[in-house]
Amino acid sequence: MRTFGVVLIVITGLVLLYAGLGLPQFGDPHAPAAEHVSDHYIKHAYHDDHTPNIVTVMIADYRSFDTLGETIVVFAAGLACYLLLRGEPRRRKRADEEDQTA
Amino acid sequence: MSEALSGLLFDRWPYLLTVVLLLIGLYGMLMKRNLVKKLIGMNIFQGAIILFFIVHAYKHGASVPVHSAVLGDAPEAYMNPIPHGLMLTAIVVSVATTGVALALLTVIYRRFGSIDEGELLRRLRDRE
Amino acid sequence: MIRRPDNMIVDVVVRLMVPAIQIFAFYVIFHGHYSPGGGFQGGALLAGSILLQRVALGTERSQLSFPVRYGLPFGIIGVFIFAGTGLFALIMGGQYLQYDAMPFGLTPVWLRNTGILLVELGVAFAVMGVLVSIYDSLACSSDEEGGRC
Repeated sequence: MRTFGVVLIVITGLVLLYAGLGLPQFGDPHAPAAEHVSDHYIKHAYHDDHTPNIVTVMIADYRSFDTLGETIVVFAAGLACYLLLRGEPRRRKRADEEDQTA
Repeated sequence: MSEALSGLLFDRWPYLLTVVLLLIGLYGMLMKRNLVKKLIGMNIFQGAIILFFIVHAYKHGASVPVHSAVLGDAPEAYMNPIPHGLMLTAIVVSVATTGVALALLTVIYRRFGSIDEGELLRRLRDRE
Repeated sequence: MIRRPDNMIVDVVVRLMVPAIQIFAFYVIFHGHYSPGGGFQGGALLAGSILLQRVALGTERSQLSFPVRYGLPFGIIGVFIFAGTGLFALIMGGQYLQYDAMPFGLTPVWLRNTGILLVELGVAFAVMGVLVSIYDSLACSSDEEGGRC
């Protein structure tokens, strides 16, 4: 089982290195990720919002739906923690007792 | 072969570091029996992915993505803002998911008195 | 629940640091338009200032500045500010989260600027409340007495 895991990790590493060969060079200003929509954001962010910070304009204006989703995910995580650890203590205690007697 | 190696070592060396970090995280998730150590491995894995995105944002000779009158509107003058924004939210979400994972671990420990993977699997098998 | 350690130096240093951290957090939130910063970072800083009190002063005394029961409500308020900004724009005849439809009597560009500020405030509240709530859930669950958690 351990050898299987090590072999799996080595294979993953080799695949990732092979995939790394196809990536753009480090710091290439014309990499595919830095074209198209990124160019548009950089050119228009200040004139659309009078806000110099392009990242702020991006996450709160151009992609505010995404940020709304992220906020709700964070809130759902907090709610899950609350319900797991603090929700309905009486029922949880009873379940624990049943577990110990069983 | 040597060309590919030099391409990896000199033009894409930050990717090599993220791959190393990612494999360390994968090792933690696959091989460790303690669930908390698995969680730490998952966090290292997340860190590797966040670093990978941030590496993509870098441009040679560019400034931070804050508009200034000196640099004007040239896209080459600013780093790519998209990975920065995405990872900004991803970091906060990863903190929240780590909290949920720790809560689940607490519940598991309360229920079974152990967070060792083998022990838990044995207990589950005995129960059936 | 974390018991209060008997150390005056920790007490005094925490009392000095917490207001500074909170002021810096609000600076990060409101200055996020002009420098690196924004709701997520400012919210994390606010949560950090409260968790510092929780760890250093103990759960009992840190109730005075931020009670345990306020954690999740702050998260709800934050999400409502965010979603409410979107709904307000929707009701005023725009699309959801289209800030320049809001009737504040400003030019569309400055309306979008204001909309970003509102949204960042919502995000900051949500992140602060949720991070404090997660810490409280984890810390209070180990307490046998239950108490106010």
